[in-house]
Amino acid sequence: MRTFPHPAKLPFPLLLSVWAVLCATTWLAPAAHASDTPRAVIAKAVVTEESEEQVRLVRSLAGDTDPQIRDLLTAWKEGGISILEAPDGLPGLTEGQKIAVTLAQDKDADDKQGVLRLDSSEPIKDAEGKPLRLPAADIEAAETDAALRQAMKGVLDAFALAASAPATRLKVVAEYGLSQDLARLEALQARQAVETHPRVQRALREAISQIHLKHDDAEKRTAAARDLGQMGSISSRDALKTLLEETPDTPENSALRAEATKALVAIGTHMRWANAYGTAFRGLSTGSILLVVAIGLAITFGLMGVINMAHGELIAVGAYTAYLVQHVFGDGLTLSPFGKTLSLPGLHTTGWIRDCYFIAAIPLSFLAAALVGIALERGIIRFLYRRPLESLLATWGVSLVLQQLFRLVFGANNVQVDSPSWLSGNWTVFDVLFGWNRIFVICFAVLIIAGAWAVLNKTSLGLLIRAVMQNRSMAACMGVRTERVNMLTFALGSGLAGLAGAFLSQIGNVGPGLGQDYIVDAFMTVVVGGVGNLLGTVLSALGIGLIDQSLQQILLSPVLGKILVLGGIILFLQWRPAGLFVTKSRSLEG
Amino acid sequence: MNRTLTKVEATVVTLLAVLVLVVMPLLNSAGVVSNFTINLWGKYLCYAVLALSVDLLWGYTGLLSLGQALFFSLGGYMFGMYLMLLSGPLGAYAKSGQNPAGLPDFMVFLGHTFLPWFWRPFYSPGFSALMVVALPGLVALLFGFLAFRARIKGVYFSILTQALTYGAALMFFRNDLVMGGNNGFTDFHRIMGFDIRSAATQRGLFIATGVLLLGVYLLGRWLTATKFGLVQRAVRDSETRVLFSGYAAANYKLFVFTLCAIIAGLGGALYVPQVGIINPSEMTAEKSLEAVVWVAVGGRGTLLGPIVGAIGINALKSWATRAMPDLWPLILGGLFIVIVLLLPKGLVGIPGQIRALWVSRRKRDEDPGQESIEPADADQPATPA
Repeated sequence: MRTFPHPAKLPFPLLLSVWAVLCATTWLAPAAHASDTPRAVIAKAVVTEESEEQVRLVRSLAGDTDPQIRDLLTAWKEGGISILEAPDGLPGLTEGQKIAVTLAQDKDADDKQGVLRLDSSEPIKDAEGKPLRLPAADIEAAETDAALRQAMKGVLDAFALAASAPATRLKVVAEYGLSQDLARLEALQARQAVETHPRVQRALREAISQIHLKHDDAEKRTAAARDLGQMGSISSRDALKTLLEETPDTPENSALRAEATKALVAIGTHMRWANAYGTAFRGLSTGSILLVVAIGLAITFGLMGVINMAHGELIAVGAYTAYLVQHVFGDGLTLSPFGKTLSLPGLHTTGWIRDCYFIAAIPLSFLAAALVGIALERGIIRFLYRRPLESLLATWGVSLVLQQLFRLVFGANNVQVDSPSWLSGNWTVFDVLFGWNRIFVICFAVLIIAGAWAVLNKTSLGLLIRAVMQNRSMAACMGVRTERVNMLTFALGSGLAGLAGAFLSQIGNVGPGLGQDYIVDAFMTVVVGGVGNLLGTVLSALGIGLIDQSLQQILLSPVLGKILVLGGIILFLQWRPAGLFVTKSRSLEG
Repeated sequence: MNRTLTKVEATVVTLLAVLVLVVMPLLNSAGVVSNFTINLWGKYLCYAVLALSVDLLWGYTGLLSLGQALFFSLGGYMFGMYLMLLSGPLGAYAKSGQNPAGLPDFMVFLGHTFLPWFWRPFYSPGFSALMVVALPGLVALLFGFLAFRARIKGVYFSILTQALTYGAALMFFRNDLVMGGNNGFTDFHRIMGFDIRSAATQRGLFIATGVLLLGVYLLGRWLTATKFGLVQRAVRDSETRVLFSGYAAANYKLFVFTLCAIIAGLGGALYVPQVGIINPSEMTAEKSLEAVVWVAVGGRGTLLGPIVGAIGINALKSWATRAMPDLWPLILGGLFIVIVLLLPKGLVGIPGQIRALWVSRRKRDEDPGQESIEPADADQPATPA
């Protein structure tokens, strides 16, 4: 079947000279440096006959950061590079000259493909200047032997280790360490000599020690175990355990075994600390979610004494507003409530502006929920200020109606609100994972609290709010329009619920039942914190969050933890019936 | 409040009792009233029992408990355990030979090979009936003791009972509890030696529910007419004054709370064999609030009102969820708002409201110089009820 005979073995110097001629005559490649580019080196290595020289050429690529190296070497390994023995009459090529080529993916009816030169990526042309087309079966794939593959792996390892992003380097180093492959030691050590990033440096030290655990030299193994213990390397635990199991308990091994045992103990201690800090951090972020959800309630329920069961739906209003804003920034949205069609035009923004939709969603969510809150206060709650149990019932009715409206307008299923890509990353500091979404949660909570505190304590509205809540009749006597203050206070509380919704849309699902998931927790937080006190709400939210996460860690069951927290709250109220911070009052009912 | 039944009330109650306890079952066995109707009305009567328990708490004592659905389901679960044990050997797994121990189907499904210890006594219907009373009663006693001792009242009490219900539902959703997980108990076959699906058994259950409802009504009628009932209403209207008068308000509340939990539990126990299923989704604050709406619609602080409300709203629900399922939550939510804002005394209170309006109008006509004083609600300090 072969049109071209198997290439005869040519002495290497001859081939090199052919190569030189070729380079000189190819107008595309700058002759002087052609052989220096990784592409050219690989093209040369492919057609080189002698295995040792091939290995030398491939090795010479180590340390180069050209991304082509990885692709080309991988292609070579997988048979994607072929050797073409030039037929007669090709411009710039002598007959029988071997060149490295790749096949273009353009098979035609005759099963023929275009042929690309590896060194220049240019199609090879025949005498008439037309691209040369050959059947794949006529071209021989470049083969690799064991030594060459070993060399390629070394180069690829070194290449991966030289990745420009430290995060990629960290991943590669950790993977190599876990593989405990002695063949990778050299690449790692070479990288260690030039690495400047401190965390990658540390990871390299860890990986090298992990590989040393497999070293033939017992001294090296002992030193590696000691080193890993000192580093508190969690990922080495299994390797150390295996080492202990595989090392017989003989006198000559006693030093090694002692070091390994010591290292395991040290790693165990480190893990417990890392777990404790991780739990504390997660607890802080869980508490922050509670806090954000409860802060609006702390104002409507805590300050005003209005029990608003529709608070959760106000949160959902905020979340759906974020959803709408996202679509307005994108391609628009068509809703079909009650059989009618409602179209929202889109701004068709792209890139970073689209990523910033959340910035616009924050004030809009606040406004939307505040408006719903005002309607609720004017329409229902103001008639029920003296009948809190009945305001509970009426607002529960509102919550049912709103939930059903969400269902009719947005559908019963959860809707998708995209969170910005930067929320999905994380930092790992000393084996404690700091997810960016959790950090975002905490920052957002801090901002909201600071904002609510500032409004209540640093603005004239806040002054009026506090005056009316402390002594309504006296405030009215001083000329404060208490009705209006009521309305604005309720609007503030509702707006904060809307903010919570915009925030929850970034970290969870948005659906008609969104509010119901949080309402019990939110009320608990306010009750435990003591009504009428923002600080109490902050402390109780963080406390409940921390206890919740710790119990989850201990019981390994979120549900059981939650049940215990609820039980704990009931018992806590035995001790402090009015919550953490009691607002002192001479009123009997207060 | 009269100590004895008035003539009108006695006539109405007797008529209704005869209708439910004698006429409907007779018509059913004669084939005039369908089995479906009997079954549906049996369910309504169970709801009416639940509504009475809510009314005794909320209407008479001022305690808005969102835990009544929990006690209702607990009663149902306790009786359901007995039904499940009877049904195990007749279930799908037993038929295919995969259930040699005769366990309830869900246990076989979850891979249990023997009966957990706490299930064993439930082979006895007497023990199950005891637990129907004891478990809701004990939970209410313990929770009420803690809550009332800490003087938790008003909306705080409601929120805490909501949390209690929420926690219990979370617990019952877990398979580890061996109470059927989120599927709960269903596929019952036999009850006390009878086929649970036969028309005669369902009729018997219907009569039993009617008797229970009548009993609870009479109990409530008697209790609210005693001095205890007076203190109960005094606690509702001003707990502080009751305390200052030397009454231990907490003990009164604890008694009513426990009693109402037991009543709800009994209602639940009869609900399960008639409806044929019980699962943790019954155990939510929403269900308690629905019962509160029945009471509010019918008229709280009365004893006929809750029964009328429970049956009326549920009949409406049965119709509306079929005719316009999308709008039912809107109707229910709207009812909450309308009743609270416009009809605080419910349907039963409408004649009284009209009369009051009539009287005030006439007064104004007679004495045009005096303006009627509107309650300035919003300008008063908010005080918990």
